[in-house]
Amino acid sequence: MTSEKSYAGWYFLAVCAAIYLIAFIIKPETGLPVIKLFSRIILNVLPVFILIFALLVAVDYLVKPVMLLKYFGKGSGLKAYLLSLLGGIISTGPIYMWYPLMNDLQKKGISNGFLATFLYGRAIKPALIPLMILYFGWIYTIVLSIVMAITAVLQGLLIGMIDRRWRL
Amino acid sequence: MKDKKQLKQAVFKAAKQLWRTFPVLVGAMLLVSLASALIPKEIYAAIFSLNPILDSFIGAFIGSILAGNPVTSYILGGEFLKQGVSLVAVSAFLIAWVTVGIVQLPAESMLLGRRFAFIRNITAFFFAIISAVATALIIGVL
Repeated sequence: MTSEKSYAGWYFLAVCAAIYLIAFIIKPETGLPVIKLFSRIILNVLPVFILIFALLVAVDYLVKPVMLLKYFGKGSGLKAYLLSLLGGIISTGPIYMWYPLMNDLQKKGISNGFLATFLYGRAIKPALIPLMILYFGWIYTIVLSIVMAITAVLQGLLIGMIDRRWRL
Repeated sequence: MKDKKQLKQAVFKAAKQLWRTFPVLVGAMLLVSLASALIPKEIYAAIFSLNPILDSFIGAFIGSILAGNPVTSYILGGEFLKQGVSLVAVSAFLIAWVTVGIVQLPAESMLLGRRFAFIRNITAFFFAIISAVATALIIGVL
């Protein structure tokens, strides 16, 4: 995890930039498509970035760690998993945009099982369901969505169990 | 007055936290762009063996290493089905695409902890296969 004074994040960015440069030297024709795709991703995630910022402020201002632990602490039940699943389903944007908020909640003592359920629950995308029906049919879409929702809770329970035993 | 001060502190803290994660997020986006632009989509279909069990692992593996908009996975999954790849394999591919992230693993490790990130991704990989098998079985019964 990155600490306040850690430069690990910047080293990581430098390595990514170096990989890009190497790819560009080896295959110059890929340089422009990568930059175009990168710019498109940046534009797409901007609204999510603002949403995450607002959520971080709201969580810090309104939610106290004691309150969070009461509902999402180590001993919380199935209801908390279902809430995490719902959070994952309604969350938008790429998965990595949610890491800062997850990191904040983790620091406040929330169980890793709920984070795992939230992250798995993101697999169900209500906005994309019509498109999925178009490609795979409505029976498949409904069955897959239900199976993924159950699996999200199961994975959360498993990660929660591992977390309690070996502290992740 | 106290509320205003607390809100100011919350805004400052949130900005500081996002700034700290900024290089990790930009790096992850750069890796996602590289993977999406450099790996030609045509090669995926050729990787499948047309053995449903082996293909479910292959599907989950391809879904794990690729990243990007889920719409791309629907398009690719639809093409795989047309080419005779089993429903189990295509389901494993679709699920792993959104639940396992090898490209995002460095960013996830840095922000959520290495052990959490590894165990979450490994279990998500196997859960993708289990979910795919369960989905195909249910569809077969219906």
